[in-house]
This record gives sequence, C-alpha cells and structure tokens, in this order.
Amino acid sequence: MGEFLQHSLDTAAKQAPAWLSDVLSNGRRRWEASRWPDRKTEQWKYTSLQALQQEYHAADTSAQLPDDMTLPQLAGNRLVFVDGNYSAELSHCDSHIDVVRFQDASAEQAERIREHLGTALNGEQHIFAALNDAALQDGLLLDIPADTIIDEPLQLVWFSSQCSAAFNINQRTLVLAGKHSRAEIIEQFISADGSQAFTNGITELILADNAALAYLRLHEERRQATHIGGVHALLARDSRLDAFHMALGSDLKRLDLVVQYVGPGAHCDLNGIYLPRGKEHIDYHTCIEHAVAHCSTDEAFRGIISDEATAVFNGRIHIHENAQKTRAELSNKNLLTSDQATVNSKPELEIYADDVQCAHGATVAQLDETSLHYLRTRGVPKDEAEVMLSFGFINELVDNIGNESVRNYLRPLLAQQFSADPDLTRHLV
Amino acid sequence: MLSIKDLHASVDGKTILNGLSLTVNPGEVHAIMGPNGSGKSTLGHVLAGRPGYEAISGSVEFLGQNLLELETEERAHLGLFLAFQYPVEIPGVSNMEFLKASVDAARKERGEPALDAVTFMKMAREASKIVDLDPAFLKRGVNEGFSGGEKKRNELMQMMLLEPKLAIMDETDSGLDIDALQVVANGVNSMRNKDRSFILVTHYQRLLNFIEPDFVHVLSGGKIVRSGDKSLALELEERGYAWVADEVA
Ligand SMILES: Nc1ncnc2c1ncn2[C@@H]1O[C@H](COP(=O)(O)OP(=O)(O)OP(=O)(O)O)[C@@H](O)[C@H]1O
Ligand SMILES: [Mg+2]
Repeated sequence: MGEFLQHSLDTAAKQAPAWLSDVLSNGRRRWEASRWPDRKTEQWKYTSLQALQQEYHAADTSAQLPDDMTLPQLAGNRLVFVDGNYSAELSHCDSHIDVVRFQDASAEQAERIREHLGTALNGEQHIFAALNDAALQDGLLLDIPADTIIDEPLQLVWFSSQCSAAFNINQRTLVLAGKHSRAEIIEQFISADGSQAFTNGITELILADNAALAYLRLHEERRQATHIGGVHALLARDSRLDAFHMALGSDLKRLDLVVQYVGPGAHCDLNGIYLPRGKEHIDYHTCIEHAVAHCSTDEAFRGIISDEATAVFNGRIHIHENAQKTRAELSNKNLLTSDQATVNSKPELEIYADDVQCAHGATVAQLDETSLHYLRTRGVPKDEAEVMLSFGFINELVDNIGNESVRNYLRPLLAQQFSADPDLTRHLV
Repeated sequence: MLSIKDLHASVDGKTILNGLSLTVNPGEVHAIMGPNGSGKSTLGHVLAGRPGYEAISGSVEFLGQNLLELETEERAHLGLFLAFQYPVEIPGVSNMEFLKASVDAARKERGEPALDAVTFMKMAREASKIVDLDPAFLKRGVNEGFSGGEKKRNELMQMMLLEPKLAIMDETDSGLDIDALQVVANGVNSMRNKDRSFILVTHYQRLLNFIEPDFVHVLSGGKIVRSGDKSLALELEERGYAWVADEVA
C-alpha cells in the first residue's frame, strides 16, 4: 500500500504502549494484505481516493490552536485534541465518565481496553479500520460506569492544524456504556484554514444491557482536510443508541456507520445530514446488522448537494434469519440545488427473517416549486425563499436533536452553508 | 385599484379563464361565487403569478401597474395578498420565521427597518389571539400538521400581519364551524377600511351574513356571468347556479 502512511505506522509502532503492540502488528498485517480500493471495489464504487496525497507524515506533537481561533463549547465538559494530541490547556472535564488515554492506562485499564477494543469492528471488511489499528499509537477510552446517569454531555474536539507538509491523524475512541447507564457524547472534527490533514477516525460504541447513549458526530473539516473513518456500535439487550451525524464537505469524506444488535429489545435512532458544495465529496455508508430478534431501527439521512459536489449514501439493512419481530425503517432524501450536483443513493435491504416490518425510501428532488411560490406570495424574495426551503429540509432533522446547545450551534452554521449573504439567512438563526 | 379586462388564462396549457372582466375600487368588498371548477381559484393564482398559470390575452392593472409583468413577490410588495384555498405545508421552516420574513420583506419595500425579534413576537402573539390560534403554532413548521381550520386561520393571520391593499380570500370560510367562521369574519371586518379591498371567494352565503359585500359575482365557465348586490347571494343559495348558467346560455 505504498508510502501512504508508512512514516506514521513506523512511528506508531515505536511509540505505542507495549500492551497494544499485537493490535498494531495485526492491523498492519491486514492493511498490507488489502488491495487499495478503486472504482471496481464494490464498497468504493462512487468514491475515489484521488484526493488523498501520496504520502502523509506523522503529526507534529507541538502544534497549537491558532491565536485567532476559538473552538465551540457545546458542553460543560470538553476535551480538545490538536492534531491528535491531548491539549490540557484547552480541555476541562469533571465528568463521572472515566476518561483514560491509552498511553496513560494502568494495567487494569489496559486489560479493560484490550477486552473490548476492536470487538465492534470487522477489520477485514473495513480496511481503514485495520489501518487505524496499525497506527494506534494512542487512543481514548470513555468508560461510563454502570447504573450512572450523566446529565452533562461530554464533548471531544478533534482539531487539525495548518502545516506545510501533509500529515495524518489517527483518532480512536472506545466508549463503554455500562449497564443501565445514560450519557451523551459529542465528537466534533474541525480543521484550520489550509489544513491538509488526513484523519482516519474510528469510534467504537459498546452499549451494555439497558444502556442509553446519545452520540453526535459533527464533521466540519473543510477544503483539503480529508477524513475516512467510521463509527461501529454494538448494542446489547434493551440498550438504546441515539445517533446524529453531520458532515460539511471537503475534498473527501467517507464514513462507515455500523450498528450491530447483539441482544434483543435494543433500539437505534440513526439520523444524519450531509451538505457538500463546490467540488466536495461526502460518502456515508451505513450498515445495520439485525442479528437478533425484537430490535428496531429508525434511520433517516438527508443531503443537500450543491454546485458540482457529489454525495453517496448507501444504507444497508441486514435482517438475519433469527431476527424475528425486527422493525427497521430507512429514509434517505436528497435535494440537488444545481444541475451538476450528483448523488448516488442506494438502500440495500437483505431480509432473511419472515416476521419483520421493514420500510425504506430514497428520493432525489429539487426545491418544491409550490412551497417556493407560497413564500413568494408573502413577499419573501426568491433567493431568500430558496435559502429558507433548503434550510427547512435539513432543519427537520436538526429539530429532532435533543441537545438544545447543539441545535443552536448548528442552525447558523447550516444557514451559512446556503448563503454567505446574511440578508438571506437572517430569518433562520 | 384592480382592473381586469377580458382576461383569458390557461393552466398547464388548458384554457380556464375565458374573457373575465372585473373592476375593484378602493374599500370595496366583492364576493365571487360559482360552481366547482369554474375558475375561481385559477383567477387568484393568475393574479398571484403562480407558475403554470398563464395569461393568454387581456389585461390586469393593479394600482396603476401592469400586474402580469411583475414577479410574484413584487405583487405582494405592491399590496396584493392571496389566502390559499389549500395552504401549503412547509416542514422545517417555522411559522414564526416565515411570518417574520414576510413582514420584514414588506417593511423593506416601504423603506422601514426589519422588526426586532421581541417586537415581532408580540405582534404575532396578538395576531394569533385574534384569529384564535394557539401561539404554540407559531413554533411549528408552516402549516405542518395543521387541521383544515387551523390552516385557514393561519392564512387570515398572515393577511392581518401583512396589511395588504387587496386581499383575495379563496374559500377561507370552507370547512369552518360557525364559531371559526365568526373569527374569520371578525378578522376581515376589522381590516376593512376605505382604502383596503377584498375579493371573497366562497360557496356559502352564510359568510356574507357576517361580511357584507358591496358586490356579488357569479363565475361560471371561466368568466363572470352575472353581478349584483348581496341579494344575488341569497338568490343563489335558494336556486343554485344552474339558472344563471341557463340564462346565459
Ligand atoms: N394543473 C392543472 N392542469 C389542468 N387543469 C387544471 C389544473 N388545475 C386546475 N385545473 C382545472 O381548472 C378548472 C378550474 O379550477 P379552479 O381550481 O380554478 O376551480 P374553482 O372554481 O376554484 O373550484 P372549487 O370551487 O372546487 O375550488 C378545473 O376544471 C380544474 O380541473
Ligand atoms: Mg377553488
């Protein structure tokens, strides 16, 4: 697999804690045995990796947040990572969630990490997850104690700086939601102007019996800051995952979201929005594995694709033979605001059980002419009306986010996507 | 104020209006009645400039301007308002945002600054009270999941906030119970003055017991076949439309 991350993989192999070394070597073996994906690779049919550089270096450990930049504060507890390195200065956390960096793990914590790390992953299928293992110099464990309700969300910010040479960031988060626990985690990815970072981000969410986890993942990397990664969740009996994903565009983003039910009675709400413009590209591949009975999924993704941008949405729902009484709904709606915008939307249902309820729908459309006309009859100028309707299309999902500070943060951010002219967005924020 | 002369218009290529003429002076209330499919809503849509609704010949002058040359929003800025027979649902855009965008657009055309959020909120709350709509509806998506009657009251509220010079109310009274009808009538009556005119499209004479029209017209086959005063409405209520059509034929 060429030079690509050679330097980072070598650096990681030297600096990773000894107890992780077999994870790294295993990952590297799988990565090197894989074929570089191209258009003929089914999973990568509509996403080209051409935007990636030939070679990335390991990130510098001395990078700082630029003086003129402040990072959003979406929760009282916030952990900030600059180019993958923890910044004590920018972080504050007094959560009941046990936060452990792999580098600092005690023998006992290391044991716990080893027990769970990778259990939600299928590294054979997800070669970039194998790559993440191979570069696992450090990672983050968020251990949510059993029987604990944690009201204050925990926000993680993964910031990538501007740097003359292209470098990569290996983000790895392992969330263990204990039995009967309840918590909320926000992961946010932000790049500095001019950042050329390639982030390979993998988060594993492992929910024990009756755990409830809200998980929000906001991708705000811009321009040349690229990202390939995913979120892999394991849901035990009666657990509940409420996930919200957002991606603004950059040269390349590919996210694999995988949910596996391993105990009956579990539920997942999986919502997401993606808004590429210019020549940006965003690819969401979701895969829901209904391997056991009596679980339910409500999945809704919406995209607005502008200019010459491209988007891919592939929504797979796999209902195994034993998964009777499954209920799964998938909806994907896309709005194209230009003739040159493209979306490849594909629901993939594989159903092997007979007593299930399953519905899916995918649409691609332009702005509704009747709604546009209605707004104009009220005197709203056409350009403002178009911005309002685009925003409304996305806002339906934003409205469903339980966390008010996230909603209030996202609305102006999204409104700006549709127009740089504040006159056209002033009624939305 | 409004002068329509020999208007022919088509919807998606099919001719619906066949030489319609109508003059509305400032302060007048005109009721338009007529059988289903006679072209009443089409008239409203042509005046509001809905895509697909095209004037083929004839003229429409509104406040000294050639209405048919204007963009839909310019017609609104001039003071034309159409309450839709079937109001449009726009999920994701809150009613409040929508109303404020409308009112601010009208203010901008008059050279007035946008209202601040608090002032507008107060105005909107008061208006919602007058039309008997729970202020909670202001936060919902535009008409999203509103019942028929709630949609009609929302249309009325928009009219009251926008203070148009000519309001076309297309069956705002349909599907309303007598209390709601009273609310609509009070709303319209409270807005009546010597400069503001109304065109009320209705199937029911009972509305005209509450809002007294200056003229009543019968629209049939795409043109006005008979005009009179309010007694015409009573006659129509008793005898139906057939006799008017017969007399014309
Ligand atoms: N998009 C369309 N394409 C073709 N014909 C149409 C279209 N929309 C409406 N029409 C036709 O135009 C005619 C007039 O319709 P219009 O809605 O103006 O009637 P109306 O008088 O308002 O009726 P109602 O009392 O039922 O509201 C009808 O015959 C209708 O079927
Ligand atoms: Mg009609």
